[in-house]
Amino acid sequence: MLHLNKLTKQYATGDKALTDVELQIPKGQVVALIGPSGAGKSTLIRCINRLVEPTSGAVVLNGTELTRLGAGALRKARRRMGMIFQEYALVERLTVMENVLSGRLGYVGFWRSFFRWYPQSDVDEAFRLLERVGLDHMADKRADELSGGQRQRVGIARALIQDPELLLVDEPTASLDPKTSRQIMRLICELCAERGLAAIINIHDVALAQMFVQRVVGLQLGEVVYDGPPDGLSPDILTQIYGEEDWEATIAKVEDDDDDLAEGAVA
Amino acid sequence: MSAVLASERRKWRKPPFIRNPLARWGLIVFALVYLVLAIGTMEVNWARVYEGLERGKQFILAFSHPDFASRWSDISAGMIESIIMTITSTAAGIIISIPIGLGAARNIAPLPVYYLCRGIIAVSRALHEIIVAILLVAIFGFGPLAGFLTLSFATIGFLAKLLAEDIESTDRSQSEAVKATGASWLQWINYGIQPQVMPRLIGLSMYRLDINFRESAILGLVGAGGIGATLNTAFDRYEFDTAAAIIVIIIVVVMALEYLSGMIRARLQ
Repeated sequence: MLHLNKLTKQYATGDKALTDVELQIPKGQVVALIGPSGAGKSTLIRCINRLVEPTSGAVVLNGTELTRLGAGALRKARRRMGMIFQEYALVERLTVMENVLSGRLGYVGFWRSFFRWYPQSDVDEAFRLLERVGLDHMADKRADELSGGQRQRVGIARALIQDPELLLVDEPTASLDPKTSRQIMRLICELCAERGLAAIINIHDVALAQMFVQRVVGLQLGEVVYDGPPDGLSPDILTQIYGEEDWEATIAKVEDDDDDLAEGAVA
Repeated sequence: MSAVLASERRKWRKPPFIRNPLARWGLIVFALVYLVLAIGTMEVNWARVYEGLERGKQFILAFSHPDFASRWSDISAGMIESIIMTITSTAAGIIISIPIGLGAARNIAPLPVYYLCRGIIAVSRALHEIIVAILLVAIFGFGPLAGFLTLSFATIGFLAKLLAEDIESTDRSQSEAVKATGASWLQWINYGIQPQVMPRLIGLSMYRLDINFRESAILGLVGAGGIGATLNTAFDRYEFDTAAAIIVIIIVVVMALEYLSGMIRARLQ
């Protein structure tokens, strides 16, 4: 469904962030992208929806070559790619509902969005999604009144209301505590399974990635150095990705507790 | 114990701003000598000051019995003109400043637009209100139209510049997230930028309203209408009681505006 073909990004400063990245992601697959800071993880997912312009290579989504689209067609293509951010990136002075509905901006005209006259079907869907992430009672709160975990749930709802085929997820748990991190990862993976969405999740926490995804891609200095199942990450491979370190503690099996989702949905 | 360590203690002083001691002391001495010489060149005609003191005293005493009544029709006409000038010029200035402010923000405008808008702002800021008013009075004649145009023009330089700077310091991730949804440029501004700068824009507009009112009192002195013209006439006729009344009114209005803008800004955020 998504195909990256020799994707390369060189910044104006001369730093090469990505070098000939090849990646095929089938429909419905959730992929974790791991690698040290500066390996090019953020650049990679921003090159897919062209928040960052790739230098060369192609991004093909369902047969459409995104890298060749003009401004209007790119906007239409962006609607099919939901993005979730590290620091949530909610517009803080807007309400939760406005933040969720902003996911429909690609579908409605300027004046409708300016006066917040969204179609009833969009409003219904927004309430359904807020209920799904456990925040329907917060609809009229301002985004900056929410806790970190709640904000990320709003971010997830904003991405899903776009009706995407692909989720681009940039460090979703980096600003969250360990328990909330797991709840958020579980929520993202469940929603992907429910809706048959493919996802690329940038993540620092290797153990967390192993817990939830079917496939791991390791990036080092802008090149793919590992692509395989999560349990194939041996200490040797982690050393290759991150450098020398004692890895036994990191890849030790972590007990997954199931009771915290119910709690999380109320919180 | 401390006696042993005393000899090993390292001294620390904040490094001086100018490292070279000769340059440092030289500059200080130069500044002092210049100050003394500069004061020496001031020519003060003490006899004139003595005479003037009496007039100053009368003017200040006039505040104890400001005369609102005898020129009330002139004062009220001037006040109404000033208020209309202030409100219309602030409104016009805000409306023109918003697109120019957007264009002058480096993070959202393309380079040619950026330079054009920064150029407009620079011109507006380079020319003082009085100079603009003199020019516009020469073009449009005496009266409040020249004052209105002057204040609108001055508002652009102030508001567009500060709005652009506020836009440049907005949180990028919030606007990036809006862009990623497939929003158009206008939607992006409305959802990603506007909520972040709105409180400051409203605060600055209120502040500018306040400035424009005070300026409108000055502009009358060069013939651009408003309460300033009335004030000027009162001075010319040595009617210090009337002048005092006008100044009291200006002070009350400015304080009321200050209080109002403080209240509005506190309710934002």
